[in-house]
Amino acid sequence: MYSEKVIDHFNKPRNVGEIKNSSGIGTVGNAKCGDIMRMYLNIDDNGIIRDVKFKTFGCGAAIATSSMATELVKGKTIQEALNVTNKAVMETLDGLPPAKVHCSLLAEEAIHAALWDYAEKNNIRIEGLKKPVNDVEESEKYDI
Amino acid sequence: MNNAATTPVKQEVFESMKPYFAEDYGNPSGFSNFSERSKDAIEKARDTIAGLLGASGEEIYFTSGGTESDNWALKAIAFANRKKGTHIITSKIEHHAILRTCEWLGKAGFDVTYVNVDENGFVDSKEIRRAIRSDTILISVMTANNEIGTIQPIREIGTIARERKILFHTDAVQAYGHIAINVNECGIDLLSASGHKINGPKGIGILYIRKGTVIGSFMHGGEQEHGRRAGTYNTPGIVGFGKATELAQASLATRSTFESELRDYLIDRIIAEIPYSRLNGHKTKRLPNNVNISFKYVEGESMLIMLDQKGICASGGSACTSGSLDPSHVLLAIGLPHEIAHGSLRITLSEEATKEEVDYVVEELKKIVQRLRSMSPLYEDFIKEKKENVQ
Repeated sequence: MYSEKVIDHFNKPRNVGEIKNSSGIGTVGNAKCGDIMRMYLNIDDNGIIRDVKFKTFGCGAAIATSSMATELVKGKTIQEALNVTNKAVMETLDGLPPAKVHCSLLAEEAIHAALWDYAEKNNIRIEGLKKPVNDVEESEKYDI
Repeated sequence: MNNAATTPVKQEVFESMKPYFAEDYGNPSGFSNFSERSKDAIEKARDTIAGLLGASGEEIYFTSGGTESDNWALKAIAFANRKKGTHIITSKIEHHAILRTCEWLGKAGFDVTYVNVDENGFVDSKEIRRAIRSDTILISVMTANNEIGTIQPIREIGTIARERKILFHTDAVQAYGHIAINVNECGIDLLSASGHKINGPKGIGILYIRKGTVIGSFMHGGEQEHGRRAGTYNTPGIVGFGKATELAQASLATRSTFESELRDYLIDRIIAEIPYSRLNGHKTKRLPNNVNISFKYVEGESMLIMLDQKGICASGGSACTSGSLDPSHVLLAIGLPHEIAHGSLRITLSEEATKEEVDYVVEELKKIVQRLRSMSPLYEDFIKEKKENVQ
């Protein structure tokens, strides 16, 4: 079902974790469809993404696309990171099954959401960045 | 560890089928001596299957499997009885072979009531009673649920159906050969079962139809099965199903004890050793081989891939891989929120399973759940919230 690259990124996800005092955090996704991604960015004064980390609740493709997205934006400028599309994420992973394309869209959105958060915190406007659709629903209260 | 999905054909079953491919391949509907041998083998299988259900051979009709049996029972009963009424009662946790058929019947002018289940997945017979109307013609409730293993009170439902003179069908695909079912004691008029769930071949099933039941044909054509189910007999399949039934019947009591002990051991270890996990379905009134557990903050497919990489084949509560993003309708029906339903795992044992294997599953599962939680933003939030609450 998955390409070798997807399985590789699933088994050894790059840049998993959190960044304390990060420059921007973005969380996207929806527990209802079973995927939630959170991206942490550290952006230096020259607008270069120095560090990126992610956490994902989701399927194999969700984890692999988050991992690949972090690889693609690390060390890049904000503008370069904006140009990392879901297509680019998918292509570098040697493709995804049709039902999993939404995972790559989510990865793209997670990056955008983190950049948006950075822009808001610093009171700047990033050319070409639209406010990301954040469809994370309030997690239903349920104790087990 | 995924024996509810399907089972391997047992060697003895395979041997019993072999002669009916290339040697005794005669068409059982013929009149030669050659045909007779096939016919005898079919009738023997029919009687064995009837014996396990407390039915008589003439009430057993061979089909291509559980899905056909369910389709036949519902559609043909509905159309044969529509002058009496057009209302059908079923439950929310039926197999899709029932639910999709009911949806289709809904479009064809029938009215279907889907009764709720409680948190353990039990259909409440009182709710069935309340759902009955003067135009109710059929009640269909599964014998045991395929995902969470809950064994339904089919005897109570059958008694109600009989009192009210309504036909009662039960989808016993997951229960047949795993728990004792007697069609007379439970007031069952129609029952679906399948060969491949009990170490028999795929592509063979039965529909039990109580003698005297008004039902139409589903497959039209030749005169096979009293003209009720046309199509050349699948002799090897039927013989194999018969043999598998014979073996299942002989081992039923010991297998059930063995599997339920191992099941309880597995459940107890997981619940005790993996925090924020819960058992889905009733603790004891469940299929002997069924374990279904939800792990909070973890997604099912990732868990399944990791288990698979460790040589453990299990099944999820999520139909994510089949292209649908909705989690299991059964887990939602017992009240689980979506994200927990997504993090569910079904492990189904067999008589071949060992304690060592179960221990291995638990050890691997502990590592996998821990690893996925360490990557989960939901778990991160939960831990932060917990810390804040402490401070």
